Amino acid sequence: MKITHAAIVEPGTTLVNKTGGWRTFRPEYDYELCNGCGICETYCPESVIAKNGDRYIPDLDYCKGCGICANECPKGAITMILEGK
Amino acid sequence: MDRENMAVVDGAYAVAHAVKVCKPDVVAAYPITPQTNIVEHISHFIADGEMDDVSINVESEHSAMSLLVGAGSVGARAYSATASQGLVLMSEVLFNVSGMRLPIVMTVVNRAMSAPLSIWNDHQDSISQRDAGWIQLYAEDVQEAADMTAQAFRIAESRNVLLPVMVCMDGFILSHVYEPVVLLEDDLIDRFLRGYSPVAVLDPDDPKTFGAFADPNTYTEFRYLQEVAMRNAIPEIEDAANEFQEIFGRYQGGLIEEYMTEDAEILILAMGSIVGTIKEVIPGMRAKGVSVGLIKIRSFRPFPAEAIKKAVADAGMIVVLDKNISIGLGEGALFTETKSIICNSSIRTPVIGFMLGHGGRDIPKAKIEQIIMEASEVMKRGITVESRYADLKEELL
Amino acid sequence: MTQLLASGHRMCAGCGDALAVKFALEGVKERCIVVSPTGCIEVSTTPYPESSWNVPWIHSLFDNAGAVAAGIEFGLKNLGKKGDTTVMVIAGDGATFDIGMQAMSGAFERGHDMVYVCVDNEAYMNTGIQRSGATPYDASTTTSPAGKVSFGNPRPKKNMPAIMADHGSPYVATTSIVYAKDAIRKVARAAEVKGPAYIQIHAPCCTGWKFETSKTVEVGRLAVETALWPMYEMVDGMIGKVKKIRDRRPVEEYLRMQGRFKHLFTMEGGDEEIARIQAIADWNAEHFGLE
Repeated sequence: MKITHAAIVEPGTTLVNKTGGWRTFRPEYDYELCNGCGICETYCPESVIAKNGDRYIPDLDYCKGCGICANECPKGAITMILEGK
Repeated sequence: MDRENMAVVDGAYAVAHAVKVCKPDVVAAYPITPQTNIVEHISHFIADGEMDDVSINVESEHSAMSLLVGAGSVGARAYSATASQGLVLMSEVLFNVSGMRLPIVMTVVNRAMSAPLSIWNDHQDSISQRDAGWIQLYAEDVQEAADMTAQAFRIAESRNVLLPVMVCMDGFILSHVYEPVVLLEDDLIDRFLRGYSPVAVLDPDDPKTFGAFADPNTYTEFRYLQEVAMRNAIPEIEDAANEFQEIFGRYQGGLIEEYMTEDAEILILAMGSIVGTIKEVIPGMRAKGVSVGLIKIRSFRPFPAEAIKKAVADAGMIVVLDKNISIGLGEGALFTETKSIICNSSIRTPVIGFMLGHGGRDIPKAKIEQIIMEASEVMKRGITVESRYADLKEELL
Repeated sequence: MTQLLASGHRMCAGCGDALAVKFALEGVKERCIVVSPTGCIEVSTTPYPESSWNVPWIHSLFDNAGAVAAGIEFGLKNLGKKGDTTVMVIAGDGATFDIGMQAMSGAFERGHDMVYVCVDNEAYMNTGIQRSGATPYDASTTTSPAGKVSFGNPRPKKNMPAIMADHGSPYVATTSIVYAKDAIRKVARAAEVKGPAYIQIHAPCCTGWKFETSKTVEVGRLAVETALWPMYEMVDGMIGKVKKIRDRRPVEEYLRMQGRFKHLFTMEGGDEEIARIQAIADWNAEHFGLE
């Protein structure tokens, strides 16, 4: 890597850092309970929850496992599962 | 000198006029004696429609330089002026500007530092910032202060430099004195200045991140590149002075200027307005048979080591004058740095230092003559005291 | 939502600041230049050679975001390049309430066309949870810790919205990461307004306030529902729309959720302190007409 003039950096380059490695728990959806309200997407601090077709799917490359989505889901459709199980 | 273009103006006006013709996109400064007249003249130019409305009244010097960081980052040509407390108040931003490689130009109207409070001239302010990564040029007289301002923009904005420049002029001695000056001509400036074309700017159409933090893996290399830029500035400073001479017809020196140095046994090194006084004294001393010459230091940063070494190589004694002191070392910076560049070279000429003029104490010609005679004695007898005050009033102690 | 702040940044899991930045950027979209002072947001998003920012962004230093933003706005204007670009500061409370206040005050007094978003997590979080002028009464921080003879921070929160409104700001608003649409709408309105606008967005911090990472929004909601964080707008200096509270909660419910207040429930005299905090909430409810 060569350093850049005046330490100027290109946009969006933190994507190389896969923060998914941080987490202990990951969110799992019960799509029977999910009503597609989008609250999980709104409150995800990492912006990793997005609609894929008709389902909300978290991007596990970056999900830090904070659990806000599970805590806020009005239908209880998200459960935090211990990684490695 | 072209008498038709001459006007008798004060130093502040000459500099303000130079700023006007260089057409900065943003001027931000906070009033502090003895800089105030510069910003006041600029405000009058704007109020009379002679200059675009580019000046902004900020609430402190720290904010003045910070505002220019923002302006410079979107591609604006930026200018400020300050002195003393104001310069040191913005100290952290000075480091930031240099690290961000913004070619900001600032006039420092040299003034002593508090405490004790003093509005009068010495170099403690700009010297205290010599490690911040700014190019520092010192003006001998009002004409040079104006001319250096134009050269500063040119040097700062050159692609292989991209470092900020401070043009230092002695407070009151140059800022408030009236001298006949050739005011810089608009059309000639347009031939001299090439325009600022930044490497990158903040622009929603091409987003970039400015000011990322660098961990120990890369910080050293960024700092190193600033030093490289300073080295690149050495030929740029000389080129700017030479081209200025071609276009405007005046040459005040590049990195240094040698005055009556041919076969000089004693060489004085000095910077700022004191140079004018020394130039008045030397012919008379020469006539009396004292072999003395002057090396005017024009560029203090980058420090013109090679130019100085070449100029002092054959001298019998080097006398360095400093309007500043590093407290705890008991020496002025020009003295310390001159010694340091000679130390490992083959030059064996002894170097002594005199500190004088602190807090605006007047330096009459007689004082310069006295210093030269003392240097003459030291040359015969050897150095017993390396560095001392030339004008300390023992009777007050 | 468009991801104007890319993933991979180093903010804590459950970070309230991350939500605040997300909503602030959503309010202005791509046509912005962002200035951030030193703080959690700056440090966690820009470790060379990486940056999370998909919009132009500059680190100002700690104490001068207002001045750098003013310079960007003024520079763009003089270059004829301002157009529809919003100049927006996204700053923490430390850099806003304390060390950066002079620069912000100067910028607002001069009337620059800019948006100043203060992401308020109520302490100097980046340097390890020290007390700021935004730290609420009795909050325990590392420099205002609860102890044998201390209930924590002895001073009330500085009223920055009122101060900025008194600078003549045409639009001042408080909002919270809990009410995404509200936050986005207020930032968008601030961007539209001509002149300097101030938005203070409450951003609960799980690390600093000491609660579980999943509770960020829940804690923030109680801050609003207890009236400790009143949500209101000030248009040309006068209080305008406020968020009404249908069923105001007692402050205990909010305080109990956070480690930074737990000493109030165990120390002698804690009850009197909680009553003092309740009085702050009561004052807010009355002053802003929240009920």
